[in-house]
Amino acid sequence: MNSDFLTNALIAVSLTIVLIGAAVVVFTRAPSKQAVVLSVYGILLSIFFVTLQAPDVALSQVAIGTAVVPLIVVLSIRKIASIRSEAESELEGSAQGDAGQGSEAGQP
Amino acid sequence: MTRRARLTLLWIGLAGFGLAMATAFTGLPGFGSTFHPYRDLAVVATFAHATANSVSSINFDQRGFDTFGEETILFCAVVGVATLLRPVHRERRRQVSSGGRVMESTSLIVYVLFPLTLVLAADVVAHGAITPGGGFQGGVVLSTGIHLLYVGGRYTLLSRLRPLEWFEQGEALGVVLFGALGLAGGALGAALFANFVPQGQLSDFLSAGTVPLFNIAVGMTVCSSVVILLAGFLDQALAIRSDPGTKGDPPGADQKEEAAA
Repeated sequence: MNSDFLTNALIAVSLTIVLIGAAVVVFTRAPSKQAVVLSVYGILLSIFFVTLQAPDVALSQVAIGTAVVPLIVVLSIRKIASIRSEAESELEGSAQGDAGQGSEAGQP
Repeated sequence: MTRRARLTLLWIGLAGFGLAMATAFTGLPGFGSTFHPYRDLAVVATFAHATANSVSSINFDQRGFDTFGEETILFCAVVGVATLLRPVHRERRRQVSSGGRVMESTSLIVYVLFPLTLVLAADVVAHGAITPGGGFQGGVVLSTGIHLLYVGGRYTLLSRLRPLEWFEQGEALGVVLFGALGLAGGALGAALFANFVPQGQLSDFLSAGTVPLFNIAVGMTVCSSVVILLAGFLDQALAIRSDPGTKGDPPGADQKEEAAA
C-alpha cells in the first residue's frame, strides 16, 4: 500500500514536470533556444518513462529526443542563416554590379 | 462544396470520432490496475522462448513481421531525406576548414566520452535480449557517439572516420539481413520470422534464439541510417553552398515572380 502510494506520487511528480517542460518548449520563441530546451525536455520525458517502468522507451527517448532531433534542428537553423546571408550579399553585390556592368540578377 | 456543407461534414465527422473515442476510453482498464491480458500472454510467450527482455521478444520474436515493416519505414525515410539533401545543379561543395576554437573542457569530455559511448553502444546491442535496450537503442547510441567528434570541433576527422559508403551499404545490409532471418524462420521453422534457433538458458548471454541476431541487423540499419541522416544535414549546413552568380533567390523573389505572371 505504502509503496503503491510512493510509485503513484513519483509518477504524478514526474508527469507534472513533463507537462511544465512541454509548456516551456512551446513558449520558447527563438528556434535555436527552443532546440536546447527541447533537448532538456527529452531528458525529462525519459525520466518519466523510467518511472513508468519502460526503460527501453527511455533509452530510445534519450538517444533520439535529446541528441539527434535537437542536432538536426540546430543544423537546419544554421543552413537557413547561411542561405539568408548569401541572399543578402547577393542583393548588395547586384546593387554594386548595376553601377558598373549589367547584372543578370534583378532583371525582369 | 459550400462552406456551410463542409462545416456540417466536419462536425458530423468530429462527433463520430468523439463518440468512438469516448466509447473506447470508457472501456479501458483503469490506470495502474492489475488487469493486463496482453501482458499476461506476452510474458508467458517471452519466457517460453528463454528471452529475459520481453520488449525485445515482442519486437523480434512475437511480431517480427511488424518490426520488419517499421525498419523498412525508417530505411525509406532516410533514403528520402538523403535524396532531398543531396547537392543539386546550382550548388557546390566547399572546403570545410577545421578551424574555430573549441573549449579545452569540451575536447576533454569528447576524448573521454567517445570510446565510452562506442563501448556502451556495443553493450546495448549485444545484451538487447537480456537487459533493456536492443538494436534500435544501441544503433542510435553508436551513431551519436560517432558524432561526438563533430562536437569536439573536428569535422574533418569526423568525415575521415566515417566513410559514408560503408554506412550506405551497412544500412541496406541490415535490412537484407533482417529479411533473410525472417525467410530463414519460414524455411527452417514454423512460420516467417519464427524463432528457429535453439533458445538456450534464460538470461544467458547466448539465449533467446534469433532475437540477438535481429538486434544486430537492426543495430546496423539504425546506426547507418542516423549517420547518413546527420551526414546529409551536416553537409548542407557546413559544406554545400550555392554557386556564385546563381546564388539563392533574393528575399521576395517569389512574390516578384507571382506579380510578373
